[in-house]
Amino acid sequence: MLRNTPIPAVEIRDVTLNYFTPERETLALSNITLDVAKGEFIALVGSSGCGKSTLLTLVSGLMPPSRGSIKVDGLDVTAPSPSVGFMFQKDTLLDWRSIVDNVMLGAELLGLDRRRARLRAETLLTRYGLGEFMHSLPHQLSGGMRQRAALARTLCCEPDLLLLDEPFSALDYQTRLALSDEIAAILQAEGKTVILVTHDIGEAISMADRVIVMSRRPGRIKSEHQISFPSFGDKRPTPFEARKCPEFAQYFQTIWDELDLHEVH
Amino acid sequence: MSSEALVDSKIAGQGQTAPSSRSAAYEAYLRALRWRAWSINLWQIGLVAVFLVAWEVAPRAGWINPMLTSYPSAVARTFMASASDGTLLMHTWVTLSETIIGFAGGMFLGLLCAIALWWSDYLYRVLDPFIVVLNAIPKIALVPIFYIWLGDAASIYAMAIAVSVFVTVLMLFTGFKAIDPDKVKLARLFGASKRQILDKIVLPGSVPTIISALKVNVGLALVGVIVGEFQAAKAGLGYLITYGSQIFQMNLVMTAIVVLAMISTVLFAAIQAIEATVLRRHGVSR
Repeated sequence: MLRNTPIPAVEIRDVTLNYFTPERETLALSNITLDVAKGEFIALVGSSGCGKSTLLTLVSGLMPPSRGSIKVDGLDVTAPSPSVGFMFQKDTLLDWRSIVDNVMLGAELLGLDRRRARLRAETLLTRYGLGEFMHSLPHQLSGGMRQRAALARTLCCEPDLLLLDEPFSALDYQTRLALSDEIAAILQAEGKTVILVTHDIGEAISMADRVIVMSRRPGRIKSEHQISFPSFGDKRPTPFEARKCPEFAQYFQTIWDELDLHEVH
Repeated sequence: MSSEALVDSKIAGQGQTAPSSRSAAYEAYLRALRWRAWSINLWQIGLVAVFLVAWEVAPRAGWINPMLTSYPSAVARTFMASASDGTLLMHTWVTLSETIIGFAGGMFLGLLCAIALWWSDYLYRVLDPFIVVLNAIPKIALVPIFYIWLGDAASIYAMAIAVSVFVTVLMLFTGFKAIDPDKVKLARLFGASKRQILDKIVLPGSVPTIISALKVNVGLALVGVIVGEFQAAKAGLGYLITYGSQIFQMNLVMTAIVVLAMISTVLFAAIQAIEATVLRRHGVSR
């Protein structure tokens, strides 16, 4: 299927990262090799401190790996690029800017055409049900609305690759389920390539095409699981529907066992 | 579900209730609230009145020496006399303008230093102990030195700046450092330069800190100016206070102090008004 496309969207080759503090040298990631196909949605799961967020930071270009190479669309990553979008755990909306101005932040920092960016921002906000809150300040919105505004900000610069760093974990359970459904639908419709980092196994299985399990530090790839729901038929289930499929529970059990979460030092 | 439900709960949360259906208990609650606010005002006015009456009566009754304390009525007469011949206004203006200039100078200098320290962590590491020590020195000890070095006019401004600048640097720098690192990371992901991070994230994000610094500084600048005037001035309220005490004219001293209290109230109220408007526009929810 998609994995046979000649140039993968993301190519991670033998990536190792050491970082230094006055106290010690830490091997955070060890020999990670991973390809992500165009349009694929992958999830990285692992216990906290396994380096999954660090890997995302490396892909974003904010920090170089100690060894190995990372390519996005066939090009070596050396600095952050507008074709890569990033979402944080917190919405990181700027309190002093209206929602539409927040969404336009990227365009403003990149020096893109303001009128075009504004048009796109307004379109996205309207599409995500925030049309009437365009000129509100962030504190006037609920957590789920704020995170949708953050998604609009990420998509405003039209990235092809999206890096999601636990974007739902700060939300309450119901909002989280509803929002992951919405966001999955949006990203699927736009055909984006997505790397989602999460510690929530259920979230990973219900949203991703492939789940990568990472070991404890130093982070290594422990196993991969191609996710499919034959019981649902040919169509891909929404995350909410996926949670009700019998395969969901099987994947959950397998990945849970691999994560060794109970084996706390 | 989500969007509509979330919107509704948010709007409901902002408390727009129909005024027509107030229960008797709610009316009583509102009455109690109003009475409480009134009674607090009443107490405040009462305390001032009691103080003024005691101040008037105690010297007249011979409980304390009127030479030392003067009376409110005498202070009022001096106030009216010096206000009508323009001298009080002149002295007040001198002090006020020195305070505002010193305050702005301290703020500006403090902001520049804080930006420099934020810009270079290395510079901060180098200068940190010196700033802490300079902040701890009682700046009032420097008054004679400033007088000798800078002369009478400049030493007053220097004093106002010296008193306020180090606190400003420390407050603003701490505020800059407290900006959510994810917001800085966000800007970097959009390719922002250090200058852009400063302009778009750090400075606007520090507006509440800058306003707290303004509040602290307005008082400190006034302290610096008055102390500077004690030593150096030929005009101003600080000069009036030293002059009055040297010729044992307590009426004059008290008048100057009353005006000082009025100035600091006005300045503080002005900053508070600025704070209210700026923070509201700035999206700080209260």
